[in-house]
Amino acid sequence: MTVETKTNGKPHVNRIGLTSQDYRGGETTLCQGCGHNSITSQIIAAAFELSLAPHQVIKMSGIGCSSKTPAYFMSRSFGFNTLHGRMPSVTTGAVLANRTLLAIGISGDGDTGSIGLGQFKHMVRRNVPVVYIVENNGVYGLTKGQFSATADVGQTLKYAGTNVLPPIDICIEALAADCGFVARSFAGDAKQVRELLKAAMSFHGTAVIDIISPCVTFNNHHDSTKSYDYGKAHEERLQDIQFIPRFDEVHIDYDEGDERYVQLHDGPMIKLRKLGRDYDPTNKWHAIELLERARQNHEFITGLLYINTQRQTLHETMHLTSTPLAYLSEEELRPSRERFERVMQRFM
Amino acid sequence: MTHVIETETQPRPLDDLESEPIVNDFSIVAATVNGSGSQTANNVLMRAIFKMGIPVSGKNLFPSNIQGLPTWFIIRVSKDGYTARRDTTEILIAFNQRTADEDLASLVPGGVCIHPNDVKFTNPRSDVFFYPLPVRELVRQSGADAKLRDYIANMVYVGAVAELLGIDMNEIKAALERHFKGKSKPIALNYGVVVAAAEWVRANLSKVDRFRVEPMEKTQGLILVDGNTAAAFGALMGGMTVCAWYPITPSTSLVDAMTELAPILRADPVTGTTTYAIIQTEDEIAAAGIIVGAGWAGARAMTATSGPGLSLMNEFVSLAYFAEVPCVIWDVQRMGPSTGLPTRTSQGDVLSAYYMGHGDTRHVVLFPGTMTECFEFGYLAFDLAERLQTPVLVLSDLDLGMNNWMSEPFTYPEKPFDRGKVLTADELERFKDWGRYKDLDGDGIPYRTLPGNPNPRAAYLARGTGHNEYAIYSERPTDWQQNLDRLTRKHNTARTLVPKPIILDDELANIGIIAYGSTDPAVREAGDILRARGIRTAYLRIRALPLEATLTDFLAKYERVYVVELNQDGQMAQLVQLHAPEYAARVRSVRICNGLPMTAQFVVDSIMRAEQAKRE
Repeated sequence: MTVETKTNGKPHVNRIGLTSQDYRGGETTLCQGCGHNSITSQIIAAAFELSLAPHQVIKMSGIGCSSKTPAYFMSRSFGFNTLHGRMPSVTTGAVLANRTLLAIGISGDGDTGSIGLGQFKHMVRRNVPVVYIVENNGVYGLTKGQFSATADVGQTLKYAGTNVLPPIDICIEALAADCGFVARSFAGDAKQVRELLKAAMSFHGTAVIDIISPCVTFNNHHDSTKSYDYGKAHEERLQDIQFIPRFDEVHIDYDEGDERYVQLHDGPMIKLRKLGRDYDPTNKWHAIELLERARQNHEFITGLLYINTQRQTLHETMHLTSTPLAYLSEEELRPSRERFERVMQRFM
Repeated sequence: MTHVIETETQPRPLDDLESEPIVNDFSIVAATVNGSGSQTANNVLMRAIFKMGIPVSGKNLFPSNIQGLPTWFIIRVSKDGYTARRDTTEILIAFNQRTADEDLASLVPGGVCIHPNDVKFTNPRSDVFFYPLPVRELVRQSGADAKLRDYIANMVYVGAVAELLGIDMNEIKAALERHFKGKSKPIALNYGVVVAAAEWVRANLSKVDRFRVEPMEKTQGLILVDGNTAAAFGALMGGMTVCAWYPITPSTSLVDAMTELAPILRADPVTGTTTYAIIQTEDEIAAAGIIVGAGWAGARAMTATSGPGLSLMNEFVSLAYFAEVPCVIWDVQRMGPSTGLPTRTSQGDVLSAYYMGHGDTRHVVLFPGTMTECFEFGYLAFDLAERLQTPVLVLSDLDLGMNNWMSEPFTYPEKPFDRGKVLTADELERFKDWGRYKDLDGDGIPYRTLPGNPNPRAAYLARGTGHNEYAIYSERPTDWQQNLDRLTRKHNTARTLVPKPIILDDELANIGIIAYGSTDPAVREAGDILRARGIRTAYLRIRALPLEATLTDFLAKYERVYVVELNQDGQMAQLVQLHAPEYAARVRSVRICNGLPMTAQFVVDSIMRAEQAKRE
């Protein structure tokens, strides 16, 4: 999938003069057909369309198939493939050090739902600015097919047999920790993934997108709730989502009943067009209720589940200086002699 | 209790003891109940003596408990300036009934026991002077609120000790004023009790013991500080920008001090915005993760922890070592595996810190031994971490970190920061064959770029997985081997950059002593005692790992070298032997692992015994 279009034989460039090629990464080493590869393509597309400066993006990941993907997009961006389940803390440190960086975190269901659940929740609680993508396939791929904590009850795997434990719902966990941007999507729904990514990349604070991303090798059989077939057959979109960037001069008619606009910081907007059901994504109770019912009724609901633009980010709560800490000069970091003496006086 | 014998209200002099006064050379132990507020009283006493120009040191032996268990505060008064712990107690403040018998038994003959008149001793000694005090009565007369009476009670012993030893009441008052930051009401209340107690002692007891203080001129210009505060101060002077931490005794007070000092040193006085982030995390794993992320992105990042927390940081330290990320970890050591003795001191993390991690890892480890070094290593650790692009561990301990030490005032750091080999976008232009992990200078240290660097060649993916010189994923055996060989080269470069040992030489010495960290005062005192007994020693104090040539030369000079430390397995002795296997047989381990700070007596006894055995 590419957004690149050619006119007059010249590659299409974005607002900062880059082509979509400039947002590409190394060649994937994941299985052919892996849902993660589709998500990678949409990250490239979203970054290109938003004209993100590659050097201002940091690609963060934990360990697992999903966490390998930062090598497959945006080679001109810095990245850190960290420890299993610990990407949230490393990301917290990186954005504390440099608040101008845009962090894109890639995790998986094992990385977030099992070993990293604690760090995930504390990252959300602190409202660390990061686009946190969970590439969720319900199975451990690199270790050859164990269940992850997001697998539904009754699911079967060749290696692991039948799962008898209830799943951890990443979106409910995010909501419980007061996440300001909670979405679910499906790797097979390229457009929705892309629009959600653009919205998340423009959000101030932690934006969690739980993307069901089939594992073609271990968990894509027809009765798997994390398979392509299941996703295609059962996905129910809450809304038709369109991201409207700040630089687009569009006429917005607020009166249309089926459409809703959510204003993000610094101008961009999310346009949500109602589909099947009435749903208010600014009501956390509704979001939790929706997800609980979906679990009971075996529904696969995608879209923007919850948005709250009012929470302060980590930087704001910490009253950090606007200059990135990493860029402060020695003059700014070493206290003056006068301040030094003031402290010394306390010990005299 | 059936064997309780009432103590005499009026002590009598003991004829069989010498009557010459003992001036400025004794230890006071205040035995109290944890949480009773005795810290204020102890600090006031210590500070008053210190301000009389007399060298002091204060050690708090406290339980892992919030309220109720016994606690002891030891003030050593030493005209010679010795600050190590001593095994003997000359003056006991027996304010805890539960430990009263045991405390009394620890007094030297001729010692002093100051106690509330309702504290009973099962077996009162006849070779000790008792001064019973009507504590309840004096507190009642103070008119203090009932809630404050337990706290005020401690001021009774301050007054009694001041009267009996001859401590300047003006200094007591000054110490109270300092403690209560000039608030007149608590100052008046506390000082009132002190004066009332002193007057009661003067009117009702006669001084019969031999202990006195007399003003000296040995502490003028000195400060009293604890190592954790010194470390926090140093780190802030060194441009610490991110501190992530999880509370654990005895490192918590380091971050507490940082939180207190940072706004004075590093906040904008007008807007209140800060040039630092201090963040309390959900656990030590997250604390380590945050400093690794911050160090990678260009911050001077640190954490403070103790043994159990250090264990949790293991995986991250391996990652930082291999991904070559600077960060600083202060390990304020406490005693034992697991929870162990969490409020007691130890040097038990030497080996685990040096080799911390999985795979082949060796780290730069610093050992501050004085307050000045706690301060200086506070910023030096960042210079080394950034120069070497690696985690630097600073091993302090509870004794250094939480106890009160005299020190020369710290001096303003004049040396500029060393931010290491960091390439800006323009600088990178000049490096045609730059690779993030490529050794261009032959010292094993590559050049790094920071996230946000706009040069299109600057970006790289940091990772713990195998990579080649250009930070590209690689499982090729030669890439792996070359990378580890370079890291070994880097470790050898570190050997040349870390602080050199401090040597106290003696031309006539026939044996050597090696020590590090908080045992320094005990070893210095031991050296003086041994010298008086005819054994001349040279002393080398290790200040960092990896070990280097100065140590080898020292080992070459002496037939027997005693390595003094506070752990069970002689951990540093092992490293010394590994460092210089040709001299391994010369190395003798002098070690104790009982949770208490080292004493000179233990060092002297151990070495005397070994030397005598040698002669026989």
